[in-house]
Amino acid sequence: MKRALSLIGAAVAAFLGSSAQAETLSIATVNNGDMIRMQKLSEHFTKAHPDITLNWVTLEENVLRQRVTTDIAAKGGQYDILTIGTYEVPIWTKQKWLMPLNKLGANYDVEDLLPSIRSGLTTDGTLYAAPFYGESSMVMYRKDLFEKAGLTMPEAPTWAFVSDAARKLTDKKAEVYGICLRGKAGWGENMAFLSAMANSFGASWFDMNWKPQFNTDPWKQTLTTYLGLMKDAGPPGASSNGFNENLALFQSGKCAMWIDATVAASFVSNPAQSKVADKVGYALAPDTGLGKRSNWLWAWNLAIPASSKKGDAAQAFISWATSKDYLDLVAKEEGWANVPPGTRSSLYANAEYRKTAPFADLTLKSIQAADPQHPTVQPVPYTGVQFVAIPEFQGIGTAVGQTFSAALAGQTTADQALQTAQTIATREMTKAGYIK
Amino acid sequence: MARAATNRKKLVVTLVAWTIGIVIFFPILWTALTSFKTEAEAVATPPTFLAFHWTLENYTEVQQRSDYFLHFWNSVVISVGSTLLGLLVAVPAAWSMAFVPGKRTRDVLMWMLSTKMLPPVGVLIPIYLLFRDFGLLDSRIGLVIVLTLINLPIIVWMLFTYFREIPGEILEASRMDGAGLRDEILFVLLPMAVPGIASTLLLNIILAWNEAFWTLNLSASQSAPLTAFIASYSSPEGLFYAKLSAASTMAVAPILVLGWFSQKQLVRGLTFGAVK
Repeated sequence: MKRALSLIGAAVAAFLGSSAQAETLSIATVNNGDMIRMQKLSEHFTKAHPDITLNWVTLEENVLRQRVTTDIAAKGGQYDILTIGTYEVPIWTKQKWLMPLNKLGANYDVEDLLPSIRSGLTTDGTLYAAPFYGESSMVMYRKDLFEKAGLTMPEAPTWAFVSDAARKLTDKKAEVYGICLRGKAGWGENMAFLSAMANSFGASWFDMNWKPQFNTDPWKQTLTTYLGLMKDAGPPGASSNGFNENLALFQSGKCAMWIDATVAASFVSNPAQSKVADKVGYALAPDTGLGKRSNWLWAWNLAIPASSKKGDAAQAFISWATSKDYLDLVAKEEGWANVPPGTRSSLYANAEYRKTAPFADLTLKSIQAADPQHPTVQPVPYTGVQFVAIPEFQGIGTAVGQTFSAALAGQTTADQALQTAQTIATREMTKAGYIK
Repeated sequence: MARAATNRKKLVVTLVAWTIGIVIFFPILWTALTSFKTEAEAVATPPTFLAFHWTLENYTEVQQRSDYFLHFWNSVVISVGSTLLGLLVAVPAAWSMAFVPGKRTRDVLMWMLSTKMLPPVGVLIPIYLLFRDFGLLDSRIGLVIVLTLINLPIIVWMLFTYFREIPGEILEASRMDGAGLRDEILFVLLPMAVPGIASTLLLNIILAWNEAFWTLNLSASQSAPLTAFIASYSSPEGLFYAKLSAASTMAVAPILVLGWFSQKQLVRGLTFGAVK
């Protein structure tokens, strides 16, 4: 009996035993086309660095955010390289959670990184995360529908023009809607769009004393314009539409205009996915003449936890993945259309890239038009265009997003939604100690 | 007349059962169908039901990109391991509660159940820190322990309910025949409670297989089960629904097959003692 028990014990131990830990770099990343491509091409890196092996952990964006935040806050040391957004970088740098990237090599050419992207990743002149791909937002529109309606889209439209055109282009019987915009609640969903839109109307999240600004006129104009436009010219059920839902609508020919991430341009112009691939035009995100456009700025970046013991190897990988040579490698292996955009000036000077990507110029202009250090018309105490780079923003942003999404669904009025947003934001900012 | 009424009743009940069955199964069927579509067809409006270009490209790509068998094996180890470990603790616990109840047995049972009412995220950081200090992060053994603890209340409750259906006199008789406590549990109680134990086992394997909070938060690359495999195909920026569906189908297929083959035991166990 004893022997049998010890045998069972040994079998259970073998069954449960965890795998041997190899000396490897563990990389946490999001699931999008560019990252998956990097994973595929990483054999070029491991060939050049035979002493380094790579372990990939790919997760959905929100799961990844929760996972890596827990790990870095608890100093769990599960990852050597993290994929984080422009929202996290300044906050985590302030917490001293990130390792300065000062060993990227002589050939890295930091100066080539687009200034607006680089500025959000730099603290006191030191780079704490390297951009892998960057994006802004812009208008994607149907050239054929505009032509049919006798309208011409300017390269830099105003909200007045976009609103007017959207109403004219709407043909609800034919299920063609003038404009598709995000409505799904979330700080990175509808609030990314609405915060950027508010910037162009002269609104801001907070004033210099961190007092929420939802009770001001610019916010009222922003929300009433948005709600009115979506009611008259938006698709039904817009309050549950995020990037993917609008992408599906636009690709199937149901939207005359869509304002969203510049990365969408490569999807909607791809004939394998999009029914309207050859009919798409691009323009800058609209403004109201106040000096700020309604486009956001986002980048997915690679960073190293300050506690990592494999800093040198991790920097070697980051240097490879965000280098000019990597862009050339992708171009060689998968074509210029698949090169991760929005990080390096040299890419936009490349004639071959510009030929393959007709949206390249506007993507660059959109990125350049966004200034995360000075995102609003009035001065504000925070950085970030479509977010506020403070740890409390995720919670507040999502709660406010829910009230605006409810207003879009017709459950509350614009005034009620703004009042609720003001109450939520004031309460949370007071609790967090920003408002004394 | 009576027969006609019975037949009509039977027909109605059958129809209702089929309708409910189809409604419950439809999302799984839709996921399986989507996994054979191209990405463009997966989001086409109006959606196509069967008349689309069937393709296996999503499965090929998922297979190329991820190590399905590693995730599958992790899922097997974690779900089976945590259930067996749970049973090892729960059988004696349920025995004592069912046959030698004390003054506070009911309170203990309720307290155990109340731990299930705590939102898991509330204890994420303390557990994470414990795992870090014990070197259990991203290990299968760590996940086995945490899932055992999480499912233990359910296992104890289920076993307790089954054991209470067994007359205490039978155990008494075995004791009079000279059986010790171990023999009484191993050779008298357990064989009589096999249907109950089987359904507890199956239900807990399913629960552990589907558990997606702790398995995602405490694993990285080595111990990540199929829940992490699915999460790696979900994306808020990019239409990868067909690939996500292929990954989901591959993740649920094993447990679906297990449930299919063991449905008799499951139903028998869940209704054990209900008709006396």
